[in-house]
Amino acid sequence: MARTISYREAINEALAQEMERDERVIVMGEDNAGGAGSPGDEDAWGGVLGVTKGLYHRFPGRVLDTPISESAFIGAAIGAATAGMRPVAELMFIDFMGVCFDQIFNQAAKFRYMFGGKALTPVVIRTMYGAGLRAAAQHSQALYPVFTHIPGLKVAVPSSPYEAKGLLTQAIRDDDPVIFCEHKALYDTTGEVPEEQYVIPFGEANVVRDGGDVTVVAIGRMVSVALAAADELAGAGIQCEVIDPRTTSPLDTDTILESVESTGRLVVVDESTPRCNLATDISATVAQQAFGALRAPIEMVTAPHTPVPFAGNLEDLYIPDAQRVVNAVKSVTSWER
Amino acid sequence: MADERIKHVTMPKWGLSMKTGRITEWLAEEGETVSQGADLADIDTDKIVGTLESPEEGVLRRIVADVGAEIPVGATIALFAPPDVPDAEIDAEVAAAREKLASGELEEVAGPTVATVEVDGRPLAYATLGDGEEVVVLVHGYGGDKNSWLFVQEKLAEGRTVHALDLPGHGESAKDVGDGGLDELARAVIGFLDAVGVPRAHLVGHSLGGAVVTAVAAAAPDRVRSLTLVAPAGFGTEVDGEYLRVFASAASRRELKPQLGKLFADENLATRQLADDLLRYKRLDGVDAALDKLVKTLLDGETQAIDAASLLGSTSVPTVVVWGREDRVLPVANAAAVGERAEVRYVDGAGHMVHMENPGAVRDAVEEAVRRG
Repeated sequence: MARTISYREAINEALAQEMERDERVIVMGEDNAGGAGSPGDEDAWGGVLGVTKGLYHRFPGRVLDTPISESAFIGAAIGAATAGMRPVAELMFIDFMGVCFDQIFNQAAKFRYMFGGKALTPVVIRTMYGAGLRAAAQHSQALYPVFTHIPGLKVAVPSSPYEAKGLLTQAIRDDDPVIFCEHKALYDTTGEVPEEQYVIPFGEANVVRDGGDVTVVAIGRMVSVALAAADELAGAGIQCEVIDPRTTSPLDTDTILESVESTGRLVVVDESTPRCNLATDISATVAQQAFGALRAPIEMVTAPHTPVPFAGNLEDLYIPDAQRVVNAVKSVTSWER
Repeated sequence: MADERIKHVTMPKWGLSMKTGRITEWLAEEGETVSQGADLADIDTDKIVGTLESPEEGVLRRIVADVGAEIPVGATIALFAPPDVPDAEIDAEVAAAREKLASGELEEVAGPTVATVEVDGRPLAYATLGDGEEVVVLVHGYGGDKNSWLFVQEKLAEGRTVHALDLPGHGESAKDVGDGGLDELARAVIGFLDAVGVPRAHLVGHSLGGAVVTAVAAAAPDRVRSLTLVAPAGFGTEVDGEYLRVFASAASRRELKPQLGKLFADENLATRQLADDLLRYKRLDGVDAALDKLVKTLLDGETQAIDAASLLGSTSVPTVVVWGREDRVLPVANAAAVGERAEVRYVDGAGHMVHMENPGAVRDAVEEAVRRG
């Protein structure tokens, strides 16, 4: 039965239900139990924002509290996956991935390919991304394009509690390494989620809203921004078709292309910085494969090419908002040759 | 104090999840005399566009809800009053209704109550409306659920208790369908009657549900007062096997949506929301396996594999059959297999989902079956 729960609870439930279903599923990460100076086990935080809270005591021995050494525990999770476990490692902030790039890019992503399909790496790396929490340049980036770039990795960017539970369940059951990108500003958002377990297949975009005038593709947290813009634009008589790709790798280009074939206009909303991001990738794909359908230049709404500012007023300006999406949509709908 | 002769027509609640509706067209004009049950407005519920039949008799004095506006369930959409009620009073009533809407203080509209019973160790979910002594049980078809009766259940519940059941493998019921056979599903329905303490009920079944309730009547005729079979499976041999197979296997909207159009005479009724809701159901653990088993029950190559017609012949339970003339899943030619055993009502302009495309025809058939039962 579906009930309303938060994005954080949806992720927690997916983990708990998969741990219940499959004893090979383990959770590892920093601050799962206690933190520096805390009483330890008794004070099980469930990670820095409490997403795994409750699991440490519910699944004794299967929630590992790791040292602050991403290179070590991400490597350990990948190794455990190749040996038959299904580890879900929490790498606190996506910004810290740099210290374990070798483990992720050069090991996990390559095993299946280099060993002729004989080695599988069913690891999930859960990580937080995104600006808006006043956490400054080193804790706020939207780095999912970096992982999307690497063949051999799958990348999920859930936009709602329903997507979060279904995509994480799929990620855990998937035989390939998955980078699971959770936007920290979404944790307290709520939505209807079935109590039962379910999987959302990777590579299947969700058409969140129908509309015939403009295709708006939005990633992760930007889906709600695009929907707010679409509501406002509907008042002005402009109907947006809002598409949430759900996974950036694999990317459901068919759904995007089909939509652009009917609308003739595209706006991509991507919180990441503008060089080599999802906005450029999707724009290039559409320009190449649906050029004949386009009735206006493609618009991209992204962050500027700068680090995320610490000053609150600047950070607010940094994040794409509904007004910028409205402006972009109006510019493509009013464009004349 | 407002004139008591002014009657409010409110946004109906069609189905459990409906919170708002949008009038797509008013089918009567201000000043027109409207009879009860006449078509009043087309309403888009997100899932499907349905026609609201006038709950009132008399003069439609004022249309309150504009076409296209999103109106919450329970909010006033029109006012009826005799011609001698002055315009000023109508205006005041409209203003009050608008104010109430703006304040957000609408009365909760009681939708169906959802509950669960345990039958043979598995939970079965059902939605109940009404509390009369007479009991009607609605049983959906393959891949459907209790919500598919959204346009039928409320009206039938006037003076009756109407349960809409989720068969095993469907909706919010357990996804274990056992061997997926007709007997197994019929036992679940009998078990449901036992669990809710109903000795005898009027059974209504659509498609696979039609075959299931027929099997119930054959196995336990003393439990069944009447049968209403809506485009039932197990009559004749014709079936669109592709629909059943692709419905079971489709993992994406793009695969599923073209099949859903086959359910209706008017393909536009197969909305994106319908496809999304079905995909949400299909993604649940265990549903794939359940649908696979049911397809094996239902199909033998390109023909129907179950025989409900003989089961019907073995009972004398009063029965009415309803069939959409444009049914593309179980073509209407199958109705010949009913023979002389029961009255068959053919519905023009309706496909397989007769109870959605022409709910009035299905309700009438149920009323007739109940009268005979």
